[in-house]
Amino acid sequence: MKKTLFDKVWDSHVVRSLKNGPDVLFIDRHMVHEVTSPVAFLGLKKRNIKVLFPERTFATADHNTPTIDQHLPVKDKLSHNQLQALEKNSKDHQIPFWGLGHEKNGIVHVIGPEYGITLPGATIVCGDSHTSTHGAFGSIAFGIGTSEVEMVLSTQCIMQTKPKKMRININGSLSIGVTPKDVALYIISKMTTSGATGHFVEYSGNIFTQMSMEGRMTVCNLSIEMGARGGMIAPDEKTFNYIKGREFAPKGKNWVDAMKFWKTLSTDKGAEFDKEFYFDGSEIEPMITYGTNPGMGMGISGGIPLCNDSNGGGESFRKSLNYMKYSEGDHMIGKKIDYVFLGSCTNGRIEDFRAFSKIVKGRKKSDNVTAWLVPGSHKVEKAIKDEGILEILNDAGFELREPGCSACLAMNDDKIPPGKYAVSTSNRNFEGRQGPGSRTILASPLVAAAAAVTGKISDPRKFL
Amino acid sequence: MAYDKFKILNSTVVPMPIENVDTDQIIPARFLKATERKGFGDNLFRDWRYDSNNLPIKDFVLNNKNYSGKILVGGKNFGSGSSREHAAWAIYDYGFRCVISSFFADIFRNNCMNIGVLPVQVKPEFLENIFEEVNKDPQAEILVNLPDQFVEIKSTGNRSKFEINEYKKENLLNGFDDIDYLINIKSEIINFSKSTPL
Ligand code: SF4
Repeated sequence: MKKTLFDKVWDSHVVRSLKNGPDVLFIDRHMVHEVTSPVAFLGLKKRNIKVLFPERTFATADHNTPTIDQHLPVKDKLSHNQLQALEKNSKDHQIPFWGLGHEKNGIVHVIGPEYGITLPGATIVCGDSHTSTHGAFGSIAFGIGTSEVEMVLSTQCIMQTKPKKMRININGSLSIGVTPKDVALYIISKMTTSGATGHFVEYSGNIFTQMSMEGRMTVCNLSIEMGARGGMIAPDEKTFNYIKGREFAPKGKNWVDAMKFWKTLSTDKGAEFDKEFYFDGSEIEPMITYGTNPGMGMGISGGIPLCNDSNGGGESFRKSLNYMKYSEGDHMIGKKIDYVFLGSCTNGRIEDFRAFSKIVKGRKKSDNVTAWLVPGSHKVEKAIKDEGILEILNDAGFELREPGCSACLAMNDDKIPPGKYAVSTSNRNFEGRQGPGSRTILASPLVAAAAAVTGKISDPRKFL
Repeated sequence: MAYDKFKILNSTVVPMPIENVDTDQIIPARFLKATERKGFGDNLFRDWRYDSNNLPIKDFVLNNKNYSGKILVGGKNFGSGSSREHAAWAIYDYGFRCVISSFFADIFRNNCMNIGVLPVQVKPEFLENIFEEVNKDPQAEILVNLPDQFVEIKSTGNRSKFEINEYKKENLLNGFDDIDYLINIKSEIINFSKSTPL
């Protein structure tokens, strides 16, 4: 039978299939963080069992950590408790723990690939929906709830029905100023936030093969925003080169064996998908969102659609614009903004900082803008310094914070104040996502940079 | 851990005809700091329920005394966004045992079933019927029958079947969870692990 990439990885991990029920799926690697794990560990305690495969489990602190003064004790008591709980749980169960201050610390989906934990053909889960990021390497990676975290800790398996399969094909060439983030926001704007629900997506076409690994991660990361269980891209030479030599990647004979397996990881000619979509890469503009879900995005030069044109959701659409205090038909270019957030597992990697610095180089941060630049990990932070990017940023009036999820979900102090507008490179513009009453505009690092130096939404192409 | 059994639920409902209700609305991230599963119901829909001075926002449905019950009825694409199970916990802790919508986000649906809250997906027209009926009479009751897999609007007798996979159905009917099942096949899992390349 002809198989898709997804079939190959999924089927090779099924321990058993229940009749009219889910599959028992074996999980190769499990990433754990402080927020969605404590109750799972409590469950283990109640059942009086240990983590079955600590060597397949990795723990980091990222969601509620501060992004300044990380060497000091965490002030917020509840956050402090959660961090301590993770440290203790990791110790009790002999799980590698990369907490605050550890050189490998960073956002869970940034460090997985950095240290070779993320591998082609693997099944990877984490109690965070953007686990889909790891699909960039040809792995099946998806977010799970805390009950499932407990399942994986205790049995290294979860029980899930095999999702349907979707392929999104994009060919053509991207115009200047169009980044992987724009490609993803474009796809979501076409698919809507529920268009891929129930499906696992494979991205295919020259747009993706030409993308860097970082770019592929950005695209796969955002798969969940159209409702998909996850997204993946077939591994190629670029993937293998990225992984080679990383700490947890296979070495020696194991590497040779792994490569044999990895090279089989692509969709067979003629394999079937439940749904298939085609888009033209040359039609994509730098994107911007104007509403309160990631599907409410458009090309930056366009106007906000009319409520009555919005597909079936007239009332919800109106409510959303009302929250943003925007009107139908408005143009986004020229709208004043207050904050800029560069970071998150969507756009907190070195390539994103390179892009941002390209525009701010030789310019100055606008006085009315507060900018939070948060690297995805210490490794990214180091690269920013080593490559001279920090200097460019400092000269332009920007400061660099310490790694973490930060304003992506605003669990720590990095909260956008009520009513303020933030151009964010993160992944969700839900009401209050970046702090109660905050208004989020999702965009690429280039659009964020253009906004940071002008104080308003601006077309980044003018600065390139 | 095993949870309450779910068989037949007969209750008034809380209607929320809003689309794309995401998990950040159900429970904002700043309330995810607990290390125990306790008290999440207080912060269910926190920012829709209370203003910045912590005063109840009058026209939000949870603050409307006319509506109460164990069933939450939401608009299309309910539970999108984050994988936080805290969203399902908050719904459970507030007192809901069932959520009805015309469409659910995947992770949220799984999370609900894993803690014993039944997500019931019905056709958009049927969802509209429920909203209309409750609009006419806030005391209108809905019957959710898991063994026979249907929902009924009691006043009109209007019924709709719903889908659920058999394994999950058995779990909910008996209050079993997946971990019980998986622990029972542990040796098979350990054997299997030897064949995976990692
Ligand atoms: S950066 Fe945001 S999306 Fe990514 S892991 Fe952190 S909270 Fe989740």
